[in-house]
Amino acid sequence: MRTGDRIFAGLSTGSGVLILAILAGVAAFLVVEAWPAVVAPADEVPGGAGVTVYIWPLLFGTLLSAALALLIAAPLAVAIALFITHYAPRRLAHGLGYVVDLLAAVPSIVYGLWGIAVLAPATVDAGAWLYENLGWIPLFAGPPSSTGRTMLVAALVLAVMVLPIITAVVREAFLQTPRLYEEAALALGATHWEMIKMTVLPFGRSAIIGASMLGLGRALGETMAVAMVLSVSGGVSINLISRSNPSTIAATIALDFPESTGIAVNTLIAAGLVLFVVTFVVNMLARVVINRRRDFSGADR
Amino acid sequence: MNSPRTSVQPSDLSAVLSERPFTQGSLPRYAPGVTLAAAIVVGGVLHLSGVASGLAAVAVVVLYAVAIYGWSLAVEGARKAKNRVVTTVVTAAFLLALLPLISVVITVVGNGVGRLDVEFFTYSMHGVVGEGGGVYHAIMGTLLITALATVISVPVGMLCAIYLVEYAKGKLGRAITFFVDVMTGIPSIVAGLFAYALFALIFGPGVRMGVMGAVALSVLMIPIVVRSTEEMLRLVPAELREAAYALAVPKWRTIVKVVLPTAGAGIATGVTLAIARVVGETAPLLVTVGITTGVNMNPFDDRMATLPVFAYRQFMSPGLPPEPAIDRAWTAALLLVAVVMLLNLVARLISRLFAPKARA
Repeated sequence: MRTGDRIFAGLSTGSGVLILAILAGVAAFLVVEAWPAVVAPADEVPGGAGVTVYIWPLLFGTLLSAALALLIAAPLAVAIALFITHYAPRRLAHGLGYVVDLLAAVPSIVYGLWGIAVLAPATVDAGAWLYENLGWIPLFAGPPSSTGRTMLVAALVLAVMVLPIITAVVREAFLQTPRLYEEAALALGATHWEMIKMTVLPFGRSAIIGASMLGLGRALGETMAVAMVLSVSGGVSINLISRSNPSTIAATIALDFPESTGIAVNTLIAAGLVLFVVTFVVNMLARVVINRRRDFSGADR
Repeated sequence: MNSPRTSVQPSDLSAVLSERPFTQGSLPRYAPGVTLAAAIVVGGVLHLSGVASGLAAVAVVVLYAVAIYGWSLAVEGARKAKNRVVTTVVTAAFLLALLPLISVVITVVGNGVGRLDVEFFTYSMHGVVGEGGGVYHAIMGTLLITALATVISVPVGMLCAIYLVEYAKGKLGRAITFFVDVMTGIPSIVAGLFAYALFALIFGPGVRMGVMGAVALSVLMIPIVVRSTEEMLRLVPAELREAAYALAVPKWRTIVKVVLPTAGAGIATGVTLAIARVVGETAPLLVTVGITTGVNMNPFDDRMATLPVFAYRQFMSPGLPPEPAIDRAWTAALLLVAVVMLLNLVARLISRLFAPKARA
């Protein structure tokens, strides 16, 4: 092996290993900085009842907002992917996909501003209506917020933000549906929708699951939009339309970190570590699901 | 032996046909258009009589779906009717997704265009209370930190992609591919905390530096660069490499002189998109770089201002009177959106202008 080759191979292998090291480093440094909060006496931690009590409501808020966002975004994303791949005129399809991708390009701070200035005020009437007509459901127990800065709006903003991510993955999968399957279905007399139901959706099913989990991971970790839109009061609540909501981990870090010192910083980093672990697991599962589909479809063609 | 065909008399056949027609009717081609126009008219009347525009739009979609279903059910049968409803739903979903994009652009441009003046680009916030002031310091901060992040991410990302495509075999390669994918999902705030934790161990707690932000952004940027570069390198035909090997060119020179130039445009596109992705990141910069009012051109010393954090701070803690600060926040947001869209456009231009070469 020539010297140049050896150096170059070493450099590129080193870069690959460096990425694994960075990922391990993220976990390691967070653990090191979070540790003082874990071992600190409970009354020194913000809230005065220990790390677990501090983080649990935040984790609940994180999971609630992300799950709601996914519930809204996933069906929409599948429909949009179908529209782009199987309904839109062939010549427009590429451009339309690009337009949806633009949604992902908008910085989250801009979604935060938009959420406060446009979306939140627009939902005040809807919140009041939900309270009056569906108030018996715990989700809409109210009293409705007069500013609209509710969990529901935060979830809507999150849904807009994860929509393009789910759409992109699902679209790719739908495009890979073997044409012969589609044409066979149509030749047997299926309508357009029956063809999609028989070939495209089964073929894309695991991609839909994987993409939804990717979206979930993104929604769990989304920071600025939630930090700006959501009016928080702490505690655990599934009330979606009131002004007292549980905060999320990421939003709390963004709001409190700049002004924190001492053990409070370590507590926030501990919360960040929990968020890292949750998103890491969700993303890993998502990739496993998507990769399995890739293997399958490779063998299939 | 009588075959079934001959046992049916022509008169019977016509009787069977008239009972259950083999062909079904179909709606005239103008049917969707007419139905939609009617639904829009009804929606317009509703809107004029005081129904909110959002509700009226929903009413139009529902009316159209119900009408076309009924009409199609009567003429074409249940299966085609269902097909038409699904088409309506899918199209409506797409239009619904366009709403936020249009609304965001209109809101940001409408609120931000007011402070788009010379002072905004040439002044910092040093000593500014109330009216006036600008984002010169934040623009410089964003440029410096993003440039630093790019300088860190691009070599590491490209070399890693080269490893994956040209060298990797076995477990290590598969592990790296997998974890690069997982890494794209790291929340940006966690990347910021990682950079803080790393530097806090070296410089003590409470440290704030521009370079910390660059490190945090690199954690987000590296996996994007790896993925896009890897994809482009895989598009390079194996024949090109084999031709170089046949001429006794060493492997590393083949990569540098043959493979990389061939994939160059695609890699440039990927890097541009990666920059567009991190330039608007707020959370990691908030916890690592902070904010300041004056110009700080040294990323290795103390706080710096950046556009996203500037917009966030001005909006969330505007001071008194609040209006000038909120106007500045909107204009900074407009600037960010413009930069991101421009970078996206540049990326597409690069790939369109040079793509045929990359896919030779």
